[in-house]
Amino acid sequence: MSRPDSALPPAASQPSAPSSGRVVLSSADVSRALRRMAHEVLEHNKGADDLVVLGIPTRGVELAERLVAAIAQVEGVDVPVGALDVTMYRDDLRRQPVRTAHATTIPSGGIDDKIVVLVDDVLYSGRTVRAALDALGDLGRPRAVRLVVLVDRGHRELPVRADHVGKNLPTAKAERVRVRLQDHDGIEEVRIVAGPTEGQAR
Amino acid sequence: MRHLLSAADLARDEALQILQTAEQMHQVQDREVKKLPALRGRTIVNLFFEDSTRTRSSFEIAGKWLSADVINVSAKGSSVSKGESLRDTVMTVAAMGVDGLVIRHHASGAPQQVAQWVDAMVVNAGDGTHEHPTQALLDAYTIRRRIGDLDGRHVAIVGDLTHSRVVRSNLILLRTLGAHVTLVAPPTLMPSGVGAWAKEDGFDTSYDLDEVLPQVDVAMMLRVQKERMSGGYFPTPREYTVGYGLTRERLKVLPEHAVICHPGPMNRGLEITADAADEARSLILDQVSAGVAVRMSVLYHLLASSEGAEK
Repeated sequence: MSRPDSALPPAASQPSAPSSGRVVLSSADVSRALRRMAHEVLEHNKGADDLVVLGIPTRGVELAERLVAAIAQVEGVDVPVGALDVTMYRDDLRRQPVRTAHATTIPSGGIDDKIVVLVDDVLYSGRTVRAALDALGDLGRPRAVRLVVLVDRGHRELPVRADHVGKNLPTAKAERVRVRLQDHDGIEEVRIVAGPTEGQAR
Repeated sequence: MRHLLSAADLARDEALQILQTAEQMHQVQDREVKKLPALRGRTIVNLFFEDSTRTRSSFEIAGKWLSADVINVSAKGSSVSKGESLRDTVMTVAAMGVDGLVIRHHASGAPQQVAQWVDAMVVNAGDGTHEHPTQALLDAYTIRRRIGDLDGRHVAIVGDLTHSRVVRSNLILLRTLGAHVTLVAPPTLMPSGVGAWAKEDGFDTSYDLDEVLPQVDVAMMLRVQKERMSGGYFPTPREYTVGYGLTRERLKVLPEHAVICHPGPMNRGLEITADAADEARSLILDQVSAGVAVRMSVLYHLLASSEGAEK
């Protein structure tokens, strides 16, 4: 149910027409949203102290790195950044074909007593975030966990909300939000594509 | 892939997927909480009809770290020692609602047979002189971590090829991953009929280690089992070492970038000298520590989903 888009393989292996659906965020919009969220994170945290930014693979990792770059521009501080793979913690492992695990990289300072900022591309059912919270619990005990998402498309199935949202996108369940990022996919845009998604099964 | 009975069950992309997931599993070893919830509620039985320390314990730890319930049944102290047949033992265990069976048996082909009897997923943890696919996976994993992709690499497998179960699995998997393999053994320990297979499948065989060694990227030394020493396969242990052991002199011939593997347990001074086993190019300790991660990955890929493997 969760994160239909980020579970897809990179664009190269995606045969579906790239021009289907409508663009809701351009590359410039994505960059602007990240810059704003960087400011918000800093404002909320009253500076960059104790922040650790963790992206959820696959596209959350690139977004996390860009968020940290934006924070560095604003504050002049390099915040530790890493990746948190949640594959082993998903609640739908049994129902899905086997997924290959991605890398988890925790910055050397660890996450104990840190303010962990989780970054993902799309917030949908909330199940990925639940899995991420479980994964964090096995790695340490952060002082607080915040959630940054590029797109919140609604349809929550769990009591989860994001602290900072790039764009709220009201969608129908039958629609699908497809996020593409420069490094990951070679092009950058967020699209709403009609039709039943692979995500519906997830 | 429903079972892992042979290295031949693994297509190239499946093998690479397992190796990739193993990398992530390896990180768990360094964590404070060494536990992933992926196989919660699954039951795995380790059915060992033959003694084994490292394989059995690494399968046990692998299952436990993935939150599965793991039960060990060994031939000693079970109904097997009272004369129960393989089929009855397996069916009894399977009837308890087991999801996975990990089997080590002294008869070649036993796991294949078991896989036809039960619904549970079956992993071959070594059958007779036939196969040991998870050992091949962990060898490949360890080598790849040190020297990268196996495509076009040259691997020499040296030693008692006739009685080793590791050879066949390694040969198949290394070929699947694109490596070039040369089997090296004295004529008495070279499996009969290997020539035809070698021709068909495109690997080499040789009786001369000194000729092969300077060209390899990986020297995989196999154990010479003590019980073979009186079997007339070679005159004396010393003679074996002179002809096929990885000695100090041969280390100098081995290319600087090459690595040394040994699936263990080693006979130091026989097939491998202490110099070779302990040198920087040796992966032997890495192989042991990779055992759990690779077996976690195998169990995860076979058991996590009821939908089968990703296409």
